[in-house]
Amino acid sequence: MTRTKRLVVVGGGMVAQRLVEALRDRDTGGTWSVDVFTEESRPPYDRVALTTFFSGRDPDDLLLGDAGLWHQDGVRLHTNSRVRAVDTESRQVHVRGRVYDYDALVLATGSSAFVPPVPGADLPGSFVYRTVDDVAELRAWVEHRSAEHDRPVRGAVVGGGLLGLEAAGALQAMGVGTTVVELAPRLMALQVDEGGGEALRRLITGLGIDVRTSTATAALRSGRHGRLARMDLDGGKLPVDVVVFAAGVRPRDELAREAGLEVGERGGVVVDDHCRASAPDVYAVGEVACVHGRCWGLVGPGNTMAEVVVDRLLGGTATFPGADTSTKLKLLGVDVASFGEVVAGPGSLEVVYADPVAGVYKKLVVSDDAQTLLGGVLVGDASAYASLRPMVGGALGADPTSWLLPAGSAPAPSGDLPDEAGVCSCNNVTAGTIRAAVTEHGCTDLAEVKACSRAGTSCGSCLPLVKTLMTTELERAGVAVSNALCEHFDVSRAQLFDIVRVAGLRTFTEVVERHGRGKGCDICRPVVASILASLGQGHVLDADQARLQDTNDHVMANLQKDGSYSVVPRVPGGEITPEGLLVIGQVAQDFGLYTKITGGQRIDLFGARVEQLPAIWQRLVDAGFESGHAYGKAVRTVKSCVGQTWCRYGVQDSVGLAVALELRYRGLRAPHKIKLGVSGCARECAEARSKDVGVIATENGWNLYVGGNGGFTPRHARLLAEDLDTDTLVRTVDRFLMYYVRTADRLQRTAPWVDAVEGGLDGVRAVVLEDSLGIAADLDAAMAAHVAGYEDEWAATLRDPEKLARFVSFVNAPDTPDPSLAYVLERGQRRPATEQERDGGVLVAGPTLEVRS
Amino acid sequence: MKVVDVDRLVPERGVAVLVDGHQVAVFLVDGAVYAVSHRDPFSGAHVMARGIVGSSGDRVTVASPMYKQVFDLASGACLTEPDVRLPVWRARIEEGAVHVDLVPVLEPA
Ligand code: SRM
Ligand SMILES: Cc1cc2nc3c(=O)[nH]c(=O)nc-3n(C[C@H](O)[C@H](O)[C@H](O)COP(=O)(O)OP(=O)(O)OC[C@H]3O[C@@H](n4cnc5c(N)ncnc54)[C@H](O)[C@@H]3O)c2cc1C
Ligand code: SF4
Ligand code: FES
Repeated sequence: MTRTKRLVVVGGGMVAQRLVEALRDRDTGGTWSVDVFTEESRPPYDRVALTTFFSGRDPDDLLLGDAGLWHQDGVRLHTNSRVRAVDTESRQVHVRGRVYDYDALVLATGSSAFVPPVPGADLPGSFVYRTVDDVAELRAWVEHRSAEHDRPVRGAVVGGGLLGLEAAGALQAMGVGTTVVELAPRLMALQVDEGGGEALRRLITGLGIDVRTSTATAALRSGRHGRLARMDLDGGKLPVDVVVFAAGVRPRDELAREAGLEVGERGGVVVDDHCRASAPDVYAVGEVACVHGRCWGLVGPGNTMAEVVVDRLLGGTATFPGADTSTKLKLLGVDVASFGEVVAGPGSLEVVYADPVAGVYKKLVVSDDAQTLLGGVLVGDASAYASLRPMVGGALGADPTSWLLPAGSAPAPSGDLPDEAGVCSCNNVTAGTIRAAVTEHGCTDLAEVKACSRAGTSCGSCLPLVKTLMTTELERAGVAVSNALCEHFDVSRAQLFDIVRVAGLRTFTEVVERHGRGKGCDICRPVVASILASLGQGHVLDADQARLQDTNDHVMANLQKDGSYSVVPRVPGGEITPEGLLVIGQVAQDFGLYTKITGGQRIDLFGARVEQLPAIWQRLVDAGFESGHAYGKAVRTVKSCVGQTWCRYGVQDSVGLAVALELRYRGLRAPHKIKLGVSGCARECAEARSKDVGVIATENGWNLYVGGNGGFTPRHARLLAEDLDTDTLVRTVDRFLMYYVRTADRLQRTAPWVDAVEGGLDGVRAVVLEDSLGIAADLDAAMAAHVAGYEDEWAATLRDPEKLARFVSFVNAPDTPDPSLAYVLERGQRRPATEQERDGGVLVAGPTLEVRS
Repeated sequence: MKVVDVDRLVPERGVAVLVDGHQVAVFLVDGAVYAVSHRDPFSGAHVMARGIVGSSGDRVTVASPMYKQVFDLASGACLTEPDVRLPVWRARIEEGAVHVDLVPVLEPA
């Protein structure tokens, strides 16, 4: 394919991403090659979702679209590459001392955060909120200050708009005592009216964030260390350790200005309806473009501009039609939304519902015959947003007040929207396009509809409506909405569990022949293996099951990045004898294994080769150790604190209970891993409330908490029952775990599972404590069978020569170590060599370093 | 080159073999043998023989145990990232033994 024209895009943000995606989709003749230059170090990411960075999301999860886009033929992405100058005469851009020619140029440089010119705005401790790097620095700063002070960190956000409140939410989530300082008389002045602003203030203040409206920031002052220490406001002083400026954005039109392009009165590259700037073949899109006399600070209009430019490049005549500036945001659990006109003008009416006690304010702006919806403001309960927004400009179809009543009494989001109603404003997707994704493109689940229509892929606020539309369409087509496990099974894990249990199936072959198709895959095979194991159907390495297991379960160790494994012996309750420690130390030394204390109160030995595992385990089993199941979707550890035995405050024997629980539930297979914790008093040193099952001692017995989770979405466990005696506690945990094992979905941990059980936590309580389903005896029996049938998998494997035969590196050279392994020494232990270390010939040891056995 | 007796293989569970210093993953599925590179192209680790065998439509597949990309065993093509391919070697069963030659199979038979 010969590409004859060169497109250069300056800026690699959200809109640039959409532009390149659309160009690659539609330039089927392969006319254009495209070079994208961005000064950031990452490919385009979802700036709209930036705040999720604080809930532990990895920056890589924010990357937009399909990463393959940037490796396609004719597409080049240059990161860390700031464009220094544009020359529209010679049609060139200057980047890092090099010059690139273009046939067409698109400016997609976005905006920068506006920092008002107050003295001290550049002190260490003052931040903006625009890029991943900004939020990463902000978080690091807060973490350092928290570690330094023995009081909470104090912060302020300058600006009470959409961004300011997002930033305030992020600060608060990090435990920072936060004040929002806003110049205007109300919060979110651009989006909501006075009544909405007032409701919002009450809600935000109720969450512990201080709000000061009609307040100007005069200066920032430093303290002894030269760091930010104080804010001078026109109404007093505020001690602060950190300030975030979220006082608006300014288009990044500096390149355009220097190149002599026309810019708007308030900034932005002036473009016409076709997004063309004032020099030939130069376009501007996204936040930097000034179209129809204004810059648009939302991703939706930017995406439309990107589509317009692609159309022009390919010879079309598209124009920018204007855009929807609706917004919805959910911060700290507070809903705020506005759409269309937010204040009534001549010829229109306002219908208001306010409940100051519940902190709800809702207003619709309608035509004076109350028939047509013109806009609205929703604060405190925005559940009607997804349904109302697409109706702007159309008939309401019901008495307006019916839309404003408290959640629950409002009409359900409607599946009957006209095809042309816009559903996803971020990506400009109409109801018709979503329906077509189902009817014409054959999508059958939300993920497919998202990928096909792009609806819901940015801020996600439209997803409930997208889902309703999809389900309605699927049902209309007679398709049952699928909860299929994968292409081989039409049922969910919970359904499959019941089928296997009731029919007494014992092998994968039986299960797939009767209830599935094909050979299975890496999704359903381990699920069936786990179900068979939960039902006590034999050893994980029995012939039929062996081929179902993920490598971790197959060799009963955890795969590491270089193909070696780690070994974790069980240390019940974290209690270990000095003799036990010596054995583990000796084994590690003899086999040259890297050792580390895990987060689960035990010891991990890394770098074992598959053919070494039996010898390592023989030594461990001889010394009385058992498999720790660190590799399995199974019970992992019961973490304990030292408890009453030694601790001055302990009120029960937490170690004793932890050991007993761990020995009782060891080896139990489940939809996901299960962790438990036991603390000896309310000080909670075992962090039991972050576990699936947490037990905290009281003067009178044990409090039982369930559904805690670390990981991606941390959750505290919630109280299931109080002051239980030990027997009742154990019986309740038995039932809780078995009920979970039987009914949860694949890879669903207890926190989301509890939410999904009918009735939530109360529902779970009814089943395990009041036997509301009449299955308690069954659950008890199942756990009793598990306890009686437990056998250490490693001890069993070592006794069985047939199973041992599998632990070879190569079947035709059983003891030859994987020749590709390479290690270097670091802090006195070995670790896998990096690519550079291998290439650079740095001192590297081969696979058999230090093995002395 | 003869690498292993067929009856040493567990159906649908791979093994690694060394062929002239090359690491090769061998699978026995429905009586047929497949030989692909043992090196996972995504992680660079030599682990492919430890992946889970399955099917996708009519194709027999193996999923990398490292990051779970799925490959067609006959052609080596990665189903999720079509630009990536596992080298496939010539393999056959002869007199009860599996033979693997380092002759690349470009088009599956
Ligand atoms: C070794 C250890 C880190 C350490 O050096 O301390 C570890 C290591 C791994 N963790 Fe973990 N986790 C370890 C404690 C934790 C903890 C802390 C704890 O248990 O107290 C958590 C948070 C608590 C929780 O689970 O709720 C934790 C949350 C995760 C998650 C997120 C789970 C979630 O619900 O989102 C994963 C991913 C997963 O399981 O899908 C994970 C997955 C992993 C895997 C299995 C990733 C992988 O596939 O390679 C790591 C391999 C273990 C290995 O090679 O041995 N690990 N992991 C810890 C082993 C504890 C043990 O003794 O068994
Ligand atoms: C926290 C936050 C929340 C938001 N929430 C929403 C929301 O809910 N809904 C919504 O619609 N919008 C929201 N937005 C706005 C939305 O992110 C922007 O409208 C959108 O990102 C604009 O895209 P863009 O491509 O025009 O600019 P950007 O995404 O800003 O990308 C511009 C890129 O160009 C780079 N660049 C600039 N100059 C140069 C140069 N000379 N050389 C090389 N590279 C350069 C910049 O570094 C940047 O990477 C939010 C923004 C933030 C920060
Ligand atoms: S939780 Fe209680 S018993 Fe346990 S160590 Fe802390 S203070 Fe002591
Ligand atoms: S409205 Fe933002 S993703 Fe659809």
